[in-house]
Amino acid sequence: MEQNTQPMEGVTVVEVKNKIDPTVYLPGMEQIDPTVREQVTAARDRYRADAYTARDVRAALDAERRSPEDFAALLSPAAAPFLEEMAQKARAEKRRYFGDNISLFTPIYLANYCENYCIYCGFNCHNHIRRAKLDPAGIEREMEAIAKTGLEEILILTGESRSMSNVEYIGEACRIARNYFKTIGIEVYPMNSSEYAYLHECGVDYVTVFQETYHLERYEQLHLAGHKRIFPYRLETQERALLGGMRGVAFAALLGLDDFRSDAFATGMHAYLLQRKYPHAEISFSCPRLRPIINNDKINPKDVHERQLLQILCAYRLFLPFAGLTVSTRERAGFRDHAAGIAATKLSAGVSTGVGGHGGEEQGDDQFEIADGRSVQEVAAALRERGLQPVMNDYVYV
Amino acid sequence: MTQDTWSLGGHTFTSRFILGSGKYSLDLIRAAVEHAGAQIVTLALRRANSETDSILDHIPAGVTLLPNTSGARNAEEAVRIARLARECGCGDFVKIEIMRDSKYLLPDNFETIRATEILAKEGFVVMPYMYPDLNVARDLVNAGAACVMPLGAPIGSNKGLATREFLRILIDEIELPVIVDAGIGRPSQACEAMEMGAAAVMANTAIATAGDVPQMAEAFRHAVEAGRLAYRSGLGRVLEHGAAASSPLTGFLQD
Repeated sequence: MEQNTQPMEGVTVVEVKNKIDPTVYLPGMEQIDPTVREQVTAARDRYRADAYTARDVRAALDAERRSPEDFAALLSPAAAPFLEEMAQKARAEKRRYFGDNISLFTPIYLANYCENYCIYCGFNCHNHIRRAKLDPAGIEREMEAIAKTGLEEILILTGESRSMSNVEYIGEACRIARNYFKTIGIEVYPMNSSEYAYLHECGVDYVTVFQETYHLERYEQLHLAGHKRIFPYRLETQERALLGGMRGVAFAALLGLDDFRSDAFATGMHAYLLQRKYPHAEISFSCPRLRPIINNDKINPKDVHERQLLQILCAYRLFLPFAGLTVSTRERAGFRDHAAGIAATKLSAGVSTGVGGHGGEEQGDDQFEIADGRSVQEVAAALRERGLQPVMNDYVYV
Repeated sequence: MTQDTWSLGGHTFTSRFILGSGKYSLDLIRAAVEHAGAQIVTLALRRANSETDSILDHIPAGVTLLPNTSGARNAEEAVRIARLARECGCGDFVKIEIMRDSKYLLPDNFETIRATEILAKEGFVVMPYMYPDLNVARDLVNAGAACVMPLGAPIGSNKGLATREFLRILIDEIELPVIVDAGIGRPSQACEAMEMGAAAVMANTAIATAGDVPQMAEAFRHAVEAGRLAYRSGLGRVLEHGAAASSPLTGFLQD
């Protein structure tokens, strides 16, 4: 369902009256030390992708340890002619830190109810789609079916609706998941640190939240209503998750919503700064993009094509070589398999983005269409063929 | 020369090369172990914690398993992982790895001493991975460690013996086996550690990421053996600055 931002096929933009101020926390939202958030947004504001030259890129490539400035250069248009060299270096770094290993997981959608109005998203509250929510028996059925494919890591997702998918409901799903999986992550609405502590007790150790865009004005235009509209609360999610005792956090901008280079830079800086503040934190990236309309690069030079996406993946890898990097089934099989050999460390497999799509009859519509529908066995076989090692689990809950 | 063996936790070994099992394609592990001639193989318990593709199934029978506690961020977590390893049938050996830093993966010496004390009392053969600090090494000895495993360089960096001078001090002062762990990227560096008098060396990344894994494992085997043989032979004199007269200062003395 995710396509271009506006106008979007099949999506009616509904006028929202009395829009709330996106910079003001709503009642109940925890406020933490804003330092990292302010540093991230300041770094993004300062970033000028066109200021970098081939010399800067050369220096960044030759550096043994890469600074934020090197990262900035590697994301710039000046780095485009160096893409092959970036890929070679990224591959070497990845091998040094991760060897041949590629982790596999799959997302499970518990519910697709949503209270937000994000104009680019298939789940948004004004879209007329089939809404559904799995009950505990349904969750059990789904998880059992997924576990049969050999996967041992699961990412639990819901639409962003506190009332339809409250924290206790998500916690219950995590407890069920412990019977089937070794590694449990969540990608749900942002919460307070005490709620993350509760979910950690339920067996979760990894939290993913997409910031979508780190540009406040653009964020405000795209997120018209709902809790998600509150920009600072969302940007502080990863830090609250760490304060709640989570082991790892994942970062992402939905590339293409705004200037993708600036958003990728902000995403990298967000991870970099939080890891400096919390050195034990395991950090990782996702790299979702809005797909450009084919043959449209003259119309919008800011579109994220595969070339640009790979440049971003390599820049993340070269800047923070120890970070995890996930490439989802938004991308086609060929891209994912190659990315796994260059920069990515984790792939989803056997994916359904609908509610109830694994165990039986799908009850709720999909969030987005996937471009790689291969089964777990097919993805694993493709990795092995490339000399890579599919890894089902590399984690123990302590 | 008499047979050159060494012991840990009541086991006697002839190989002084400990091989790590991470970062490989699983089907290469067996060949690597065999070509390395390794009798001790480390594995991450968290990586063995899998129903579908346990790394344990790929390690040849007969070698001593050395589960490590990677993923532990403090002593308590390391202790829990060590107990889990024992329950999983990995034996009594445990390599303590405690990291509170996801970037450099440097060991936390303080937490490592605490974990060593607890696990040694529980009968584990405790092999602590540590930053080469003499005071810490002594504390580890007192806490009941079976050896010390100082790092040569940051893990996975393949930078060799960046901590050379401190390793030398540990080798001189610590009675327990000193096993140089982490950072060894080439056979020549493994050889140098053995020439210095290390009891053994451990490597993983250097072999797992080599173009020809079994051949590199074999290269390390030879390097470790060569270094050990050189150490036992007594290294010849090495001149620091050019040639030297036999007695430049005292040659004037008569009768």
